[in-house]
Amino acid sequence: MANSGQEALVDLRQVRFAYGDREILSGIDLTVHRGQVVAIMGGSGCGKTTLLRLIGGQLKASAGTVQVAGQDIGGLNTAQLYALRRRMGMLFQFGALFTDMSVFDNVAFPLREHARLPDAMLRDLVLMKLQAVGLRGGHALMPSELSGGMARRVALARAIALDPMLIMYDEPFAGLDPISLGVVGQLIRRLNDALGAASIMVTHDVSESLSIVDYVYFVSDGRIVAKGTPDEIRASKDDFVHQFVNAEPDGPVPFHMKAAPIGEMLMGEVKR
Amino acid sequence: MIRKLGAMVIDGVWRLGFASRFLFLLLRYSGQSFLRLHLTLREIYFSGVLSLLIILVSGLFVGLVLGLQGYETLQRYGSSEALGVLVALSLTRELGPVVAGLLFASRAGSAVTAEIGLMKVTEQLKAMDMMAVNPIARVAAPRFWGGVISMPILAALFSAMGILGGWLIGVAFIGVDDGAFWSQMQAAVDIRYDILNGVIKSFVFGVAVSLIAVFEGYDCVPTAEGVSRAITRTVVSSALAILALDFVLTSFMFRG
Repeated sequence: MANSGQEALVDLRQVRFAYGDREILSGIDLTVHRGQVVAIMGGSGCGKTTLLRLIGGQLKASAGTVQVAGQDIGGLNTAQLYALRRRMGMLFQFGALFTDMSVFDNVAFPLREHARLPDAMLRDLVLMKLQAVGLRGGHALMPSELSGGMARRVALARAIALDPMLIMYDEPFAGLDPISLGVVGQLIRRLNDALGAASIMVTHDVSESLSIVDYVYFVSDGRIVAKGTPDEIRASKDDFVHQFVNAEPDGPVPFHMKAAPIGEMLMGEVKR
Repeated sequence: MIRKLGAMVIDGVWRLGFASRFLFLLLRYSGQSFLRLHLTLREIYFSGVLSLLIILVSGLFVGLVLGLQGYETLQRYGSSEALGVLVALSLTRELGPVVAGLLFASRAGSAVTAEIGLMKVTEQLKAMDMMAVNPIARVAAPRFWGGVISMPILAALFSAMGILGGWLIGVAFIGVDDGAFWSQMQAAVDIRYDILNGVIKSFVFGVAVSLIAVFEGYDCVPTAEGVSRAITRTVVSSALAILALDFVLTSFMFRG
């Protein structure tokens, strides 16, 4: 795997996760190095977001190890986990901005909670973060006054407020128009490089992702079915990757849900 | 049928267990919340100050009705001067804490549940947790204490408004003797036995309503329907809790 010669910041080994008897992830091996932007792709409900939650410590693996910055997430107590999370940033699917706070206060929130800074310095830092996402001019707006793309950018500014070593993105492109999508994509790449961080994004968006990431993992039915650099993915002969990248309706991921033969169902009794 | 009943009972016991654990966590993280007092003061404003109108107006009307009904009954026995005592005791012992509690649950409790529930739906609580900020300390505890502190003050104001209403109808409109109204009230109402017990009741109701409101919001299913159900549960459970607790507290406090 291309790792840009940097240390492994996130390392998952034989990770398994289940809700009761229902297995969501099994045998996951995944490594993310500092400086990399990595995409985790796969169909809806394949376990991508669960993977992100395991890395963030919101869920605990049923088996295997999840290491972030050399620490085993599963073995941390709340205080240790919070200490580690201060070095992580996360962008939620729809931003998850605090609706009772202005844009400025949203970005200032992690700084106010974790760093005792003089007001003038805090103000400068927040404005710099907003400048980085192009929304310094909107610092006084409320979240309800923002478009989806702008909200995502404010949330991104908030996620990088504490200069994290790891940034996680849950569906960062969902529901964005092409311009906002391009802006958010470029921001993810630029901010990762500027901060010298590692980024992991869970996404469906093939074309935008392949243009900005260093490495891709494909997840299907809770397993990693393919991985590689964007060029390797584009050239892949794997059926699943081919279907996903070319958005084909039928293939290893079937168009039809599993059901009894159609003749049998049409001629048989109606069951509700 | 039996299976459904069993499932309901098990579900109820689970939720009671979760609520107890939640209360423990609330108390454990309350220190962090009090260190940033402005968060609790803000919630006192939202739960307490913004409930003032409904509490004061309702208190006045309840007092007016008490005055009318009380006078109507008392004058049959020629003791209409005792109207002040009747109004004051009814309000400080029972109606003040109970009715103010019910109004508080409908006005502020439902708002707290809706706010926390919507924060859950929009992943704001998860975002906070991922920013290494404990949502129980930052969101739930200030709202809980905001309610607990507001409730006895609102109940006291409700009773004060009610007494004013009783005075208005009895003295100003009907013509009961002003001096008798106040002096009999002063002589008959005991500060510890009547007023303090009323304050204790309203404090207990404040704890119950605030706990139910923050727990239901925090525990709701994160969908529009889930939030709506949680709000309904807050109002219904709070009303039942207030009435049940009132019976228990009354039986201990006023045994004659």
